[in-house]
Amino acid sequence: MRVNFTVNGRPQEADDVWEGESLLYVLRERLGLPGSKNACEQGECGSCTVRLDGVPVCSCLVAAGQVEGREVVTVEGLADQARQRARGDARGTSLDEAKALAAGGQESPAGEGTGAFPHAALSPVQQAFIDAGAVQCGFCTPGLLVAADEMLERNPSPTDADIREALSGNLCRCTGYEKIMDAVRLAAARQGEGV
Amino acid sequence: MDFLRPASWEEALAAKAEHPTAVPIAGGTDVMVEINFDHRRPEYLLDLNRIGDLYEWEAVEGSVRLGASVPYARIMEHLRTELPGLALASHTVASPQIRNRGGVGGNLGTASPAGDAHPALLAAGAEVEAESVRGTRLIPIDDFYTGVKRNALAPDELIRAVRVHKADGPQQYSKVGTRNAMVIAVCAFGLALHPETRTVRTGIGSAAPTPVRARTAEDFLSAALDEGGWWDNGKVITPSVVKQFADLCAAACNPIDDVRGTAGYRRHAVGVLARRTLTWTWDSYRGTAQQKGMVA
Repeated sequence: MRVNFTVNGRPQEADDVWEGESLLYVLRERLGLPGSKNACEQGECGSCTVRLDGVPVCSCLVAAGQVEGREVVTVEGLADQARQRARGDARGTSLDEAKALAAGGQESPAGEGTGAFPHAALSPVQQAFIDAGAVQCGFCTPGLLVAADEMLERNPSPTDADIREALSGNLCRCTGYEKIMDAVRLAAARQGEGV
Repeated sequence: MDFLRPASWEEALAAKAEHPTAVPIAGGTDVMVEINFDHRRPEYLLDLNRIGDLYEWEAVEGSVRLGASVPYARIMEHLRTELPGLALASHTVASPQIRNRGGVGGNLGTASPAGDAHPALLAAGAEVEAESVRGTRLIPIDDFYTGVKRNALAPDELIRAVRVHKADGPQQYSKVGTRNAMVIAVCAFGLALHPETRTVRTGIGSAAPTPVRARTAEDFLSAALDEGGWWDNGKVITPSVVKQFADLCAAACNPIDDVRGTAGYRRHAVGVLARRTLTWTWDSYRGTAQQKGMVA
């Protein structure tokens, strides 16, 4: 079947999608967006977290057909979304930005989407993860970034308990989570200072 | 596999009537796991995501008519007052990502003995609103669970909503697992005090082939509360009554040994949860009663 939906502000069409296929598979294997990671395929690990109509979900548990006509934001779209948020405008991605995003996505096999991206800035959460050393092997990072970014949008001054709760569906086997906590606190503090 | 995407509830019922083997998918948090792991290859998937009615709730005669797809996250956020037990249970479901997708309809459809909502529904009292092209029927929650992952739905029926009785007293829910998030219950326990009828109801999860009530324990406690005049005098329940209640709850279990825990541990833990939830709810009842000046 064919599925039409919006990914990171850009209309996408996936063809020959198997009816039992997950959104995660479509993103990674059909749309060349490997940022969302495939680990457990049962909603346990959170490494495939994306936003579906704004809401964080495990993309491995969303059937591809269920996203018809809906909006998905992946880790590849975080920087762009953060910029839009900063500008306070709700419009979609411009054509130039979309092209840049696509170029970034293609050039970066790890899917971090910086590449030749003209607005190469990372989202504040991404930058905070780097600055706090919250990344080790990096496999869980995209899911954590999407989840943390959504929490900070909703709750600009989270307590430690809020952060733990918001990230409780994302497993990391390297860091012991402390650096991740540091990163989210840092992102929240910077957000508060308007940096 | 065919992917059916009804745009309305009527279309969904028609599709289910035409294809009774169709597997409904809403949050996907059970169904997609089975498909991803090749445990299930349904002929038809019946997507319910486009049916807005399933995401709404309304008050109906002392109950909340909770749409089958209302995500746990919304129950936690919006129904804490009317459905405190279910709201607590919802908060123990998996993770934020799962709670954003999963709802009570899926828990009921899957009818796993470990489903987090079941003990809360059993304790509060509820009816499952099952509908087909033939009509609507309300299935009492006590009759809904018929076996391990089996329920009372007919092949052409879909779950439209669950009507959960609004709380008329304190409710609690407790669950045993190795951590707070992402845990399939080793066992779980729901307790609801119903001061209006001077009864108590319970629900036990993951400790029998189906979610069950501890009816003997409920009858014992209701009788003891009456006998002691406790509903009126609001005194602390004597430890021997609490212990007897806990023992009877443990005795209502019919658990198995599995990777999550042994039968013996489950039985023991259900007793502990029964004791704790009774203490919590009764303390809360006494507090409310004292505020209202009911207690001498």
